[in-house]
Amino acid sequence: MGLDVSGDPVLSLNGVCRDFGQVRVLHSVDFALHAGAVHALIGENGAGKSTCMKILGGYLSASDGAVRHNGQDTVFASAQQAESDGVVMIHQEFNLAEQLSVEQNIFLGRELRKGVFLDHAQMRKQTQDLLDRLETRVDPAARVEDISVSDKQMVEIAKALSRNARVLIMDEPTAVLTNREAAVLFRQIERLRADGVAILYTSHKLDEIARLADMITVLRDGRVVAHGAGAEFDEDRMARDMVGRDLTNLYPDHDGPVGQEPVLEVENLTVPGLVEGLSFNLAPGEVLGFAGLVGSGRTEAMEGLMGLRAATGTIRRNGQPVTIRRMSDATQVGLGYLTEDRKGRGLILSQGMRPNLTLLALRKFVRRLIDRRAEEAALDTAITEFDIRAPHRDVAVGNLSGGNQQKLLLAKTMLNAPEIVIIDEPTRGIDIGTKQQIYAFIRTLAEQGRAVIVISSEMAEVIGLADRVVVMRQGRKAGELTRAEISEDSIVRLAMGLDGKDYAA
Amino acid sequence: MTEQTKPRRPRLDLQVLGPIIALAVLIVIGALMNENFLGYGNITNVLSRSAFIGIIAVGMTFVITAGGLDLSVGSMAAFIAGCMILAMNALVPMMGTGWSTIFAGMAIALALGLVAGLANGLLITRARIEAFIVTLGTMGIFRSLVTWLADGGTISLDFTLRGVYRPMYYGGILGVSWPIIVFAVVAIAGEIAMRHTSFGRHCAAIGSNEQVARYSAIPVDRVRAWTYVLLGILVGIATIMYVPRLGSASSSTGVLWELEAIAAVIIGGTMLKGGFGRVWGTVVGVLILGLIDNLLNLTDLVSPYLNGAIQGVIIILAVVLQRQKKAER
Repeated sequence: MGLDVSGDPVLSLNGVCRDFGQVRVLHSVDFALHAGAVHALIGENGAGKSTCMKILGGYLSASDGAVRHNGQDTVFASAQQAESDGVVMIHQEFNLAEQLSVEQNIFLGRELRKGVFLDHAQMRKQTQDLLDRLETRVDPAARVEDISVSDKQMVEIAKALSRNARVLIMDEPTAVLTNREAAVLFRQIERLRADGVAILYTSHKLDEIARLADMITVLRDGRVVAHGAGAEFDEDRMARDMVGRDLTNLYPDHDGPVGQEPVLEVENLTVPGLVEGLSFNLAPGEVLGFAGLVGSGRTEAMEGLMGLRAATGTIRRNGQPVTIRRMSDATQVGLGYLTEDRKGRGLILSQGMRPNLTLLALRKFVRRLIDRRAEEAALDTAITEFDIRAPHRDVAVGNLSGGNQQKLLLAKTMLNAPEIVIIDEPTRGIDIGTKQQIYAFIRTLAEQGRAVIVISSEMAEVIGLADRVVVMRQGRKAGELTRAEISEDSIVRLAMGLDGKDYAA
Repeated sequence: MTEQTKPRRPRLDLQVLGPIIALAVLIVIGALMNENFLGYGNITNVLSRSAFIGIIAVGMTFVITAGGLDLSVGSMAAFIAGCMILAMNALVPMMGTGWSTIFAGMAIALALGLVAGLANGLLITRARIEAFIVTLGTMGIFRSLVTWLADGGTISLDFTLRGVYRPMYYGGILGVSWPIIVFAVVAIAGEIAMRHTSFGRHCAAIGSNEQVARYSAIPVDRVRAWTYVLLGILVGIATIMYVPRLGSASSSTGVLWELEAIAAVIIGGTMLKGGFGRVWGTVVGVLILGLIDNLLNLTDLVSPYLNGAIQGVIIILAVVLQRQKKAER
């Protein structure tokens, strides 16, 4: 990419260190953002990306070293001050007031006025313009609570644009977007770059980085381990630099035997309005992939199966019909479910690891009263078995990195010893090293003779993991692919409803 | 990130120590101002009077920890007291003026508490109405019912029965009065239930994040309803201890008890928005409120009429002090 990034940076970290208590998480990091360039910051979870971004965005201060803005040493007193200086950070967890409308959110804190009254017409018009630019068809008057996650992302971006951001810090913006939405976002990023905005971009999706980045900086354990122009990196090098070792065989081999008798038969599963007549079987030792577009009803189907949503249909476990009305019925017949929303539904972020770990299987720890020593022992086991890395034992789960949260959630589900494990988006927002661990773990489950269902929106993941794939489209089963038939093309055809048509078009 | 996983040293933070320090300061002030303050008579008096609010506040701790609220407890106590007295009076011709009548009355009080709590709980979990609204409604209903039962006046317990029942408040064993004993038992049981049983763990989980609780196979509605039932039963117990004190109930019985109970819970460090509760803190909160009241009555420094104002200041101060320090920047 022939961009000139030799000029003075707009915003930079110079030898920045950051300590949390006794623990140093950033070691003398240099990082510079230039006008009109996309600089990708990549690294595993816990490598220090978020801390860097928060220091740049004024959310944290540096313990040592300097932040330079337009050549001046700067200490942003707050994120508000950084924003008023044109440095805007878009968080992974959205900073939107759920009860307010899209328009009210975009102008929050800097409402346009006509005299003492709000200038609704003008705000509406500007909001509409912004949303049009972003090709987002969300109603400016819609309450944020009611719009989809990807629309919320777009609203966040619109909000940043409306603040005339000169530096835009994007923390995994595509984690919740569909491919189409991501494509729109990339166009916007390219437009912003052409407008001379300096952009910091992070993502675990290395193909995006390869596509977008003018500059790449790789962090590992709080240190810059590689730095260079985007063209110097291919995806393999990025992964290697991030992990610090070669990552061959991201996906484990499929060599365990798959049983003949199904352990689970689902017939005509219907979740009113969301899933229609879904039927499938599951054999022991098998990893069954569920593919489909976001919103195709995969999660809803599994939640219906688990008793988390009102659903109808026939479910047979080892040939015996079972009734599942609530989740405890499902866990009783050996089903376990890992939600895709680990922060909202999986873990209590304000509590420590121990109560989170044992919450689902708490009954196993009750001998009249809760046996705390047994709980601690279980936590010890989980930390070792799942390689959970925490700064200390009592850390609030919200302060763990995404990968470690996911491992804890896995440990929590497995503590109940389910024979059928349903994992919804097993590696969303997780670095490649942890991904590999989780893939290996899923395969181990199958080899132990358990049955696993993996829902994933990452095509490579479904292809790499599954022995068989069910593809869903608009709440129905669009088709089923055997191991030999699984390919990106065959899945996309079914997911998009392109039977018989040429996908290449 | 480092991989050390050794247990962290327990921190001595204001959140834990705050209420205890406040209580200690109050006791020291009291002892300095009045030599009778630490006397047996005064301490028994304070503790016995605090016991009603205390028993209710223990139940309230569970409700609030699970993310709920119950404004109806004061009116509920008055209503139960009224019904209990009327029932006992009606039973006198059949069962006489002995303990059997009183036990029947107690059973009725417990049953009424259970039913009233269940009504609150089911309206909140089944009809999906906000706890604030439901209990605001039932607060009005119970208050109005007791006024109607008393015909605007006072419901008095049969005179002979009153004499038999009196020791329930004024008597005790080994010099400790019954209300104090019952309060202590309830508090200890509550503390154990909160910290060492699934029920307590589930309450905190529901109050922290209802979705996580649901996805962890916790019967959210049932646990939540149970917190209100438990509170209702405790209101029944508190009423059983309260009736022998005055032997009557009227429309002014139990007025503002709900706020005192909620205040004690909050002063004790339980989070009003739910997710974290501690019963021992609630006990400390109850004692703080009781001692302030007592101090103002014993000393003439400040008019007892300002009791409410001082309690108000304490509540606000407690929350300010306990607010978690903002994460370091």
